[in-house]
Parts: sequence; structure tokens; C-alpha cells
Amino acid sequence: MTRAGPGTGSIRGRLMVLLLGGSAILALALFWVVQGFARQLAEESQDNILSASVTSILDAARIENGALVLDLPYSAFSMLANLHDDAVYYAIRADDTFLTGYDDLAAVPLPRADMPGFATRSFLDQDVRVVTAERALGPGGGQDSAPIRLSATLAQTRSGQEITLTRISRAAAAVGLGVFAGAAVLALAASRSAIAPLERLTLSVTRRGPQDLRPVTAPVPLEMVPLVAALNRFIGRLRGSLARSEDFIAEAAHRVRTPLATVRMQAEVTLQRVEREENRKSVREMIRAIDESSRAAGQLLDHAMVTFRADQLEETDLDLGAVTRDLTDRLRPTADLRDIALQARADDPVPIRGDAILVQNALRNVLDNAIKYAPEGSAVRITVTRQGEEGVVMLRDTGPGFPPDGMTRLRRRFQRGANVDGIVGSGLGLTIADEVMRAHGGTLDLRNNPDGGGACVSLRFPMA
Amino acid sequence: MRIPALSDGLIRALTLALTLACIIAAHPVQALDVEDRRRFGPDSAAQVLRILSTADTDVFAPVIRAFLIQEPDIAVDYIVASSGAVMAAMTKRPQDFDVVISSAMDLQTKLANDGFALSHRSATTETIPDWARWRDHLFAFTREPATLVLSRDAFRGLPLPRSRQDLIALLRQHPDRFHGRVGTYDLRASGLGYLFATQDARMSESYWRLTEIMGSLDAQLYCCSSAMIDAVARGDLAVAYNVLGSYARARPDADRYEIIQPQDFTTVMLRTALISRGTQAPQAAGRFLDHMLDIAWLGKTTEGYEFDRLSQTGPASGAHLRYIRLGPGLLVHLDRFKKDSFLRAWESAILQD
Ligand SMILES: Nc1ncnc2c1ncn2[C@@H]1O[C@H](COP(=O)(O)OP(=O)(O)OP(=O)(O)O)[C@@H](O)[C@H]1O
Ligand SMILES: [Mg+2]
Repeated sequence: MTRAGPGTGSIRGRLMVLLLGGSAILALALFWVVQGFARQLAEESQDNILSASVTSILDAARIENGALVLDLPYSAFSMLANLHDDAVYYAIRADDTFLTGYDDLAAVPLPRADMPGFATRSFLDQDVRVVTAERALGPGGGQDSAPIRLSATLAQTRSGQEITLTRISRAAAAVGLGVFAGAAVLALAASRSAIAPLERLTLSVTRRGPQDLRPVTAPVPLEMVPLVAALNRFIGRLRGSLARSEDFIAEAAHRVRTPLATVRMQAEVTLQRVEREENRKSVREMIRAIDESSRAAGQLLDHAMVTFRADQLEETDLDLGAVTRDLTDRLRPTADLRDIALQARADDPVPIRGDAILVQNALRNVLDNAIKYAPEGSAVRITVTRQGEEGVVMLRDTGPGFPPDGMTRLRRRFQRGANVDGIVGSGLGLTIADEVMRAHGGTLDLRNNPDGGGACVSLRFPMA
Repeated sequence: MRIPALSDGLIRALTLALTLACIIAAHPVQALDVEDRRRFGPDSAAQVLRILSTADTDVFAPVIRAFLIQEPDIAVDYIVASSGAVMAAMTKRPQDFDVVISSAMDLQTKLANDGFALSHRSATTETIPDWARWRDHLFAFTREPATLVLSRDAFRGLPLPRSRQDLIALLRQHPDRFHGRVGTYDLRASGLGYLFATQDARMSESYWRLTEIMGSLDAQLYCCSSAMIDAVARGDLAVAYNVLGSYARARPDADRYEIIQPQDFTTVMLRTALISRGTQAPQAAGRFLDHMLDIAWLGKTTEGYEFDRLSQTGPASGAHLRYIRLGPGLLVHLDRFKKDSFLRAWESAILQD
């Protein structure tokens, strides 16, 4: 299995962070705007009441018999008693001379003569909202006809307003949180739907069989079209190069074996003709070298094929017993040449999942060894059994067995034992079998029979 | 000077400054016109709670005793003074008092409004309805309806008036019988009388009609409820207007007169308590306040307690009862100009010769 390169964060994560961050900023902005607006409204409403109250105080003032009469209306103060109990202070002045109320409550400068002036100040250690309004009243005394400038200043603490504001802030915070929660849900949905086509594409590509190298044709969003096009181009290239290397292997095998076969035939013919013993000997050596080369070429090609296929197993359901029987039948003629009996026995059935070509290849190599290295006229016993979670093919011969140090070494490429005694071989058989077993998640066991000698080779496959 | 009241104000301010100087020089409590002063609790007490009050010592003593049982480490210095003196003492030396109890709602409100009271919140104050507290500063603990006290002798053969309208009609029909025999507060001398009068006048025009008639019958003017009840009991008065009903009921000779809550409306005053801003013992003062309120509102039993307990049902009980509303509205009638013009109107109605 090939790994992808290192991940550089996820698109979904990035989308979520962006969307959530954005909506958090929006929610905060909403909170501030609502709160600011509410503060303004609350201030305005307090200002309105204060202004109505101060106006009613001024309206109630009059000149009677040349003297100023100030008649504070009860409603002027009682209207200031809202839900929360706020303290009230006032000061009334005529032409800047203090008349009544709280002397140290200073008037607020008016923006215009006919407009009340507002200010927020501290009075008696509390925050108060102050309003001042003026009214010309007059004329006063008989001869002195200049009107009196009557000024009323009214102040109210702001605890009621603060309470309203806290309540509104809480509501605004709730709205902000709600918006954020809603946005979070939407962000989740959005990122999911944005990722969905990618996931679909990934799934459709992973689900393909190893031989399936058709271009991807499923519809994808516009943004992914270039990616899919690039992928399809890449698949195309892969298909091309795969076809080329398969052709190359077949071609190479053909190109090497055919001339070797011709050369061997010629050498056999030559052997018939040559009479001098020393010449015959060198021709025989020639034939042997040719056999070695041919064998090596075949094994090399097989090995290349195995390595190539091991990356992309073409697994099917196999019965280990059936595969073994097939192969035994196929190799029986070779065994007969050396008068060796192949005794096969199989528990039925032993199902495994595997690449039939590779499994046959592995089996062929170990069976070939048994036939090759066992003494003439002996028997090779082949059993196929289940052992727990494993399906096992075991081959036992009565040959020389493995050299004591050879169990690991002989699996390596081109390694042959000291016991080969001029038997033709390339040292790749066990390498191939071992690779096949690994690719199937199984093991190749090499040991010698404890009683009476001979090799005991087991191929252990995980059961399907 | 265009405004005659102004020079007047100057003189007043001067006198005020002079008195202030004297008071600051003298011992604080001595400067106050003390009517009664009694100490409760052990001499060895770690803390002394100074209570400035308008309520008679005997009437209030049960509350203090019950408190001292709970708090053995505390002693109480109970000082009785008139509502005006209470106000003056508090504005001058708030640090000399811990708890202030007064029947003058308007003055108490002004104290709270002007920052002489300390805010107090507790589990007990949370249970008190809004109409009976203001700004977490001022708490009502009893109510006092302003009633009519009528002499049984004087009304022999006449139907008893149930409302101001009834009373006005009767006074009109029998001027001879009632001449010189109607009494009410002298608003110039009585703060409580002034509070009741301004609230009555605010409520209905009938107040002014009644005052006119009482003036035409040569009304007698009194400083206080008890003096008026005395006069009714003696037979000097046939009618006393705006008398504290609880005082009239408490007398042994209460069978000589009838106590009537006018059905058109009966003004109800609330006695209130606050913690002085200058208190040296805010914790103890708070506990004392809670103790008072527990008795008044939650019915905590206390032997000898005579005040009318307040129920949670509040102003709704008795449709004719008009509770004076705590709040800045009460400041209006304390305004110098407002008071002057109200008293002028009242004088012209009641003093008719
Ligand atoms: N059944 C066996 N009995 C004894 N020795 C064996 C047996 N099978 C393998 N060997 C030893 O292991 C060595 C490696 O075997 P392997 O099959 O890899 O190579 P090979 O048989 O020599 O050549 P080839 O690649 O042609 O099969 C052999 O050379 C031989 O020494
Ligand atoms: Mg071999």
C-alpha cells in the first residue's frame, strides 16, 4: 500500500476556522451595535423624560403681583420615578441667582437659547444625567420691564438606566451567541458539503480494482474538473507504461529464451557428432551453462513479475487444495523423469484469498526444489491442511535437507546451498516464494524433518 | 430686588450657618433637641447601635429587646426626637447615628435622595414589595391611616359621616353645632399635618372645600394627633381631621369617640427606616433593619409589638386606602417655594377673619 505525502491541515478544518471566525466577528459586531444602539435609546428616553419634567417646572412658573411664583408640579418629579428608584436633584435660578433646590447643582450651558442642555456628571458621588432649560418670564416689577431669565436644572441618577442596559446587554449577548451557534451549524454543513465531492471522488478511486485503469468520468464540481483531468491524464500515462513493461517482460523472455533454445539444440546435435571424450565433456559443460542461463532468465523474469504484481494483488477466492492438486498434476511428468512419487493429500476445502498466478508460482518453486533435491526413486509428501486461522501447504522430501545455517540466507537473492551438487538452479526460487507469501500476509517456513532427514517446507496463508 | 423671597433666603442662610457653627461646637447629641433617650443592653457590649427615631421609646422597646436577645454583644442607644430634629441632626452629623426611624416620609425620602442613607440588600429586603421601599435605602415597616375622630356626644342625633363629602354636608347644615369645635393640624407647626394635607390636596379638590368650611367654623389648630384626641375626648372638639388612628385606638377612653376612615379615600402614611451613611456599624445596623422588617412583613412574633403589621397584599387591601408613594414626588412639597405657596393658600382658607 502506498502512503500519501504529509498532510498540510484539512480543508474542512480551514473552512470551519474561517467560517466560525467570521461569524464570531459578526456576532461580536452585532452585540456591540445592538448594545450601543440600546444605550443611545436608553439615554434618549431618560433625556426625553428629564426634558419633559424640566419643561413642566418652567411652565408652572408665573409672575403674580410683580412677584415670581414657583409652583413645582407634583408630576414633574413623580414622572421621574420609573421602575427603578432613581434619586432626583434640581436647582432653579433666576438671572443666575439661586432660588431653590440644590445650590451646588450647576446649570448645563445651553446649546441654543430655546434648547435644553444635557450633560452627564457626578453629583453627590453618583453618576447623574443633568438637564438645564431656560425660559424668559416677565416683565417683573412695574417700572423695571426687563424679563426674568428663569433657568431650571434637573438631575437624575442613572441606576435605572444601568439596569435596563444590563438587561439589554444580556439580551444582545444572547442574540449574538444565537447567531454564532446558527452560523456554526451552517459552517459545519457548508464545510461538509464542500468536502463531499472530494470524498466521493476518493471513494470511487479507492474502490477500483487493480486492473481498472479507466479514466474517472463521474460528474464533479467545476473547481475539481482540473484535478480530475490531471488525474485522468496520470492514469492514462500509468496505463501506457504498465502495458509497455508487461510487453517488455514478455518480449525480453522471448528474446532471451528463443535463441538459448536454438543454441541448446545445436549443442545437443554437436554432442551427437563429437567423439573425443574431452570435447564431449566441454560440450556438456556448454549445455549445462546454457541450462543455467535459461533457468536464470526464466527465474529473473518470474521474479520481476512477482515483484510487480505484489504491489497490486489481484485477489480472488481460491481453494488451496485445488491449486496444489493442479500444480502437482502439472509437475508429475518432471517428477516421473527422476522416478519420484508425488503424494498429495488435501483437507477439503481450504479457502484463501490470493492472487492465483502468484500462489501457483510460489508453490511451483518449492515443489520444484523438492523434486530437484530429493534422491531418485524417493517420495515427496504434500499435505494441505487448515491450522487454526491458517491454510498450510506442507512439502516433505527425503533429500539432504537445508544446511543448518541456510534457513534465512537461502531466502536472499541468488543464494544457493552447498548441497546443490551440480544441480541446475539460479538461487531465486525461495526468494520468489518468500515474496509471494509476504504479499499475502503469510509466511514461508523452512525446516528439516526431525526424523530421518529431508526438507520440510510450509507455505502458511491466512484463511479467507 | 425683584424677588422679595430672596433677601428672606439670605437671612435664613445666615441663621442656618450660625446654628450650624454652634451645633458643631457642642456635643453632637446634645445639640439635638432630644425628647427621650434610653440605653438598652449590657454596659459591657462590644458595639453600641445608635438609633435616632420619632417613635416613643415604650412603643419601640419590644423590637429592641427582641433584637438584643439575638445579639447579646450589642447595646442600643435609643434617641427620640421630632421629625424635623431628626432631619436636621442627620444632615449635620450623619456619623453620630446608625439607624434612623421616622414617620416623616418626605424627610426620610429627602435623606435617602440626598445621599445620607446607606444602601442595604438582604434576603429580607428582597421580600418587601416595591411600593414599600425606595432605592434599597428606605424601608417601610408600618402604616398609619389618617382618620377622622368624631365625638359621640357632638354627633348625637346625626348620622356619622363616612366621607369628606358627608362631613362637608353636615358641617354646612349645622354651623352652630360645630362652630369652634372642628380641629386639625397647624400645618405651619406640624410636618406630619403638612404631609397629610399636601397628599389630600393632590388627591382631591374636596380637601380645599373641607378646609374652607373648617375655616368658616373657626377651626382649632393643633401641633399633633394626641393633643387633638385629648380635645375630642374632653368634649372640646366635635371633629378632628387627619388624626393618626392608632393613637386614637390606643387610649383607654376610646369609647367616647368614633374613629372613621373616610371612604372617599384615606391617606396612609408609612413609617420608614434607613441606615445612616455615617454609620460605624453597617453590619449590625443591617441586621437590626432586617429584624424590624422580619417582624413587620414576615410576622416574626414579638411580645408587646404594637405597630400595624404590613401584609404582603399591600395597597390592594382596602380600596379606599391611598398609600403615600415613596419617591421623588415627595420632594416637591419640601421645596421652599412650593411650601410657601401651599401654606399661603391654606392660611387664607383656614384663617378667615
Ligand atoms: N528441498 C530442498 N532440499 C534441500 N535443499 C534445498 C531444498 N530446497 C532448496 N534447497 C536449498 O536452498 C537453495 C536455494 O533454493 P532456491 O530454490 O532458492 O534456488 P535453486 O533451487 O538453487 O535455484 P532455482 O532458482 O532454479 O530454484 C538451494 O540451492 C538448495 O541448496
Ligand atoms: Mg529452486
